Amino acid sequence: MSVLEVIDLHVSVETEQGTKQILNGVDLIVNEGEIHAIMGPNGSGKSTLAYTIAGHPKYHVESGSVTLDGQDLLAMPVDARARAGLFLAMQYPVEIPGVAVTNFLRTAKTAIDGAQPPIRTWTKEVTEAMKNLRMDASFKDRNVNEGFSGGEKKRHEILQLELLKPKFAILDETDSGLDVDALKIVSEGVNRAKENTGLGLLLITHYTRILRYITPDYVHVFVDGRVAEEGGAELADRLENEGYDRFLAPASLG
Amino acid sequence: MRSARFASFDVTDFETVTGHEAEWKHTPVARVQPLIDGTLDPDIRPVTATASSDDSVTVEWIDRNDSRIGSAGKPEERASANAWSAFESALMVTITGEQPSEISVTRSALGTGARAAHTVIHATHHSVGTVVLQNSGDALLSENVEIILDEGAHLTVVTVQQWNASAVHLASHFSEIGRDARLKHVVVSLGGSVVRVNPSAHLSREGGEVELYGVYFADTGQHLEQQVFVNHDAPNTKSRVSYKGALQGVGAHTVWVGDVLIRPTASGTDSYEQNRNLLLTDGARADSIPNLEIETGEIAGAGHASASGRFDDEQLFYLQARGIGEDEARRLVVRGFLSEIVQKIGSPALEERLQNAIEAELALSTAS
Ligand SMILES: Nc1ncnc2c1ncn2[C@@H]1O[C@H](COP(=O)(O)OP(=O)(O)OP(=O)(O)O)[C@@H](O)[C@H]1O
Ligand SMILES: [Mg+2]
Repeated sequence: MSVLEVIDLHVSVETEQGTKQILNGVDLIVNEGEIHAIMGPNGSGKSTLAYTIAGHPKYHVESGSVTLDGQDLLAMPVDARARAGLFLAMQYPVEIPGVAVTNFLRTAKTAIDGAQPPIRTWTKEVTEAMKNLRMDASFKDRNVNEGFSGGEKKRHEILQLELLKPKFAILDETDSGLDVDALKIVSEGVNRAKENTGLGLLLITHYTRILRYITPDYVHVFVDGRVAEEGGAELADRLENEGYDRFLAPASLG
Repeated sequence: MRSARFASFDVTDFETVTGHEAEWKHTPVARVQPLIDGTLDPDIRPVTATASSDDSVTVEWIDRNDSRIGSAGKPEERASANAWSAFESALMVTITGEQPSEISVTRSALGTGARAAHTVIHATHHSVGTVVLQNSGDALLSENVEIILDEGAHLTVVTVQQWNASAVHLASHFSEIGRDARLKHVVVSLGGSVVRVNPSAHLSREGGEVELYGVYFADTGQHLEQQVFVNHDAPNTKSRVSYKGALQGVGAHTVWVGDVLIRPTASGTDSYEQNRNLLLTDGARADSIPNLEIETGEIAGAGHASASGRFDDEQLFYLQARGIGEDEARRLVVRGFLSEIVQKIGSPALEERLQNAIEAELALSTAS
């Protein structure tokens, strides 16, 4: 059984005003097949956690560890982490001019699997996955994320999730900016991926609405760069009704 | 001011080049000195031309006194005038067919002696064609290329510089765009020590259009330059200029100058120019100088953009986060960046050949 473990993680970034501490001791254990929701107010460090696990060079790990089945992820370059089975669906996917989606997908799949996917089955698989996500076939020939709407970018992220078949996926606000129909389509994709591969999920979100379609096993409330409270799916409902106010220090209340 | 630059066919009309002149200040003058001041060999026989169809294209050598010479432009700097004063016969390409034809002019055995060359490309009214100037091997060459489009002609001219590492090449392309005619001009510079191709387009008749594209990849010690000049001189003319370059290694230097002049006679002009450079390593330098001179208030649009930057780390992160190794991710991004221009050529076989050439360039630079 696979497991992603984050232990006492402290992370900072360099800013013009000096070093800024963002994560202050995050503990988190995600087993394969589990869905963990991470909820929290703006600026609480959710994306920082996601990017740090994935290996973005901007974030500096002060102390703590992140392991995947005992392997030290923090010691690996970004691409090696992905090949070890990690996937990050980004909050703001970047555009890559001149690189066609098909070429990108095939290159990524080849890198992850260590061998070219067989052409016939691969093409079929891509076509099928795009159809399920209601992505027009013309997206194959477009450049990665270039001119995609917000919702199209998110579908493209989930398309990669379904095709690359990671052991663990972090979805950073995949739900934001989606209308109800798109939210359902994207959620179906995530659920399908889980059904097919039994991956573990870290679902970062502001709102509970995506949790109507993807049921979390655990909910973690993130405040000031650490987990302030944990519970089951019912905690999400409480947050829906009460907001984050009771977690915030009085000084930061308006 | 671009509108008032001195021009002459005679090299002796030009002052000694100091390196401070507008047309020389970015160029390593010492490395091109033989082309500015030296005696140039007019023998340009090491050239082969092949055409895809015989009946709609003629390729011939014409004498320097032929009346078809000198209608598209006049040298604006000394090396161009030096070549104009020296050449004895010119390669004349005439395109007459309404069915697209492709002509390839190959120069691969010019040797290391200083030479002059002159080429005239004439697309008669409503003709359609593509002319590819394919350059490789050694060269110490100064040349002028005249491009004339009669009414309604659609012409694509692609000049590809894949010279040997020590080659020096200075070229001026002068184009004269007829009524409702459309020129697509593409400069691809990959190989050579100093390569400077200066395309200019005179939109002298109503409804004329030009697309001026360029793609270049400079390695260690290479100087690749292009001074683009678009001269809007008639109503309702349109221009699009887009040049993209990648630079890698110490002393890799590229220069792009984009002069767009919109004369009082050019109401309804629609113009846009851009240049983007990707600096892959430290020690490389990209100069990018857009310049718009607008002399009429009635234009449809005029704009420019210029950006030279380091590799986008976010793009790299995105690709690596999908398991793609750093070197391959870099190659993907650079190839993508440059292929945007290559894709505009509109000739699949040529596009593929150029993609492969860029690929080889990338492989070389990642290997070193
Ligand atoms: N490069 C940076 N420079 C300065 N501050 C940064 C940088 N990156 C992150 N931060 C700060 O760190 C804090 C946490 O940011 P992060 O993006 O992780 O929050 P988040 O919980 O994902 O917020 P949101 O809900 O808005 O997405 C914020 O205060 C943010 O401004
Ligand atoms: Mg965030």
